[in-house]
Amino acid sequence: MERKTPLYHRHVANNGKMVPFAGYLLPVQYGTGIIAEHMAVRTKAGLFDVSHMGEAEVKGPGALDMLQSLCTNDLSVMADGQVKYTLLCDENGGVIDDVLVYRFAADHYWVVLNASNQDKDFSWMQTHCPGNVVLRNLSDATAQLALQGPLAMDILGGQPLPAKNYTFMNEVTMAGVQCMVSRTGYTGEDGVELYCANKDAPMLWGALLAQGAIPCGLGARDTLRLEAGMPLYGHELTMDITPLEAGLKMFVKFDKPGFIGKEALIERSEPSRRRAGLRIHGRGIAREGCPVYAKGNQIGHTTSGTHAPYLGYAIAMALLDVSCIHIGTQVEIDVRGRWLAAEVVALPFYKRVRGVDHSSPIP
Amino acid sequence: MNIPQNLRYTKSHEWVQDLGDGKARVGLTDHAQSEMGDIVFVTLPEVGDDVAVGERLADVESVKAVSEVYSPLCGKISAVNDALADDPAAINNDAYGAWLAEIDDIDDMEGAVELLSADEYAELTKEA
Repeated sequence: MERKTPLYHRHVANNGKMVPFAGYLLPVQYGTGIIAEHMAVRTKAGLFDVSHMGEAEVKGPGALDMLQSLCTNDLSVMADGQVKYTLLCDENGGVIDDVLVYRFAADHYWVVLNASNQDKDFSWMQTHCPGNVVLRNLSDATAQLALQGPLAMDILGGQPLPAKNYTFMNEVTMAGVQCMVSRTGYTGEDGVELYCANKDAPMLWGALLAQGAIPCGLGARDTLRLEAGMPLYGHELTMDITPLEAGLKMFVKFDKPGFIGKEALIERSEPSRRRAGLRIHGRGIAREGCPVYAKGNQIGHTTSGTHAPYLGYAIAMALLDVSCIHIGTQVEIDVRGRWLAAEVVALPFYKRVRGVDHSSPIP
Repeated sequence: MNIPQNLRYTKSHEWVQDLGDGKARVGLTDHAQSEMGDIVFVTLPEVGDDVAVGERLADVESVKAVSEVYSPLCGKISAVNDALADDPAAINNDAYGAWLAEIDDIDDMEGAVELLSADEYAELTKEA
């Protein structure tokens, strides 16, 4: 039985097409469709219910040491109010999850994780939780809304807001609702993610829509992150894919003290396959799991793919043999027995031009 | 949901228009296009192909997913709607105008697939 987010009734009233996703009932799209929602985020501002995401609070004198041993990125350099993207790896260097870590204080953090991995992540963290750390699951009490797009900051106008990407402000009052405001996102656009209590979510949602934000569903969330070249757990990241294979080396700090998976990642530091971007020539879509060939030999498979609404052509991400990932390599994709010509292109596929800093976690 | 009375329907959400003389047009229902969302790509059969009941007739890709369209009839493809190559969204905009293929030499219009009346199809999609 799927769970409902605090905004479930708003979605239904808004003509949202509800589907089960990671144990929750969420809108895949609203009445106008995925393409219109996608374009709204690229050109105006879209609002997403991402309350299914999990929040773990890690608090106590040993909090930093615990997180440092679990995370591939270096959290010791964080300041209060800062956010960092990191991977959680197992002993083999496989990815358990990709998460955001928020530092509230030197001994107080949040870890925001993927809904589909919540149970796995919590038991992993529990296993590695020392006596001087209190680990709490805040997921069931916490709603999350993502406001994304070039007009997002205007919609929030007049508020004190985090000025830099990957920073956050706590206890901001927005539309009468107390929230944590994080200058982060999963769309490749400027914007924020807002965390609030479940009971306050409908009011905040309504206020942001009244300010002109366009409600967007999971479908657009996926096409937006794909255009922005961002990995999705279960596709570009799994227990069988290392962060180095996924092209996320800049989030793995070998020069920090030991972390789980470090030795394995050092051993596997020259991977034979890497994540690459593919632009599909001609008509057709290569989704997940299609074999990719170069000069007659299979060189890998696709991990995600879609029609990219803003770019106007089909794109895919793939794990490919490192000898075939240089830009311009011509490949062929086997889509259910039909051959699609494609070309290796740089990631991200789409990069926003306005603004001075680039919030994408992908190099 | 729009379900014209003059067409027949399949449980897999195709519509069939009997053109007489053993000829019929096949397309996707309004219900199907609405479930699929924005359609961005259509693979059509070739004119002259033989198709059997239940065989893959076309692939219709929306942003979300690919859907296979099965032939409700046995016969020979006599025409395909090439305009869909440049304007696949026509299926979203006018599901009953945007036909996929025309099938000729149909020896049994009732076929092996149970064709539903508009009322029966309305009942089917109401339950879903």
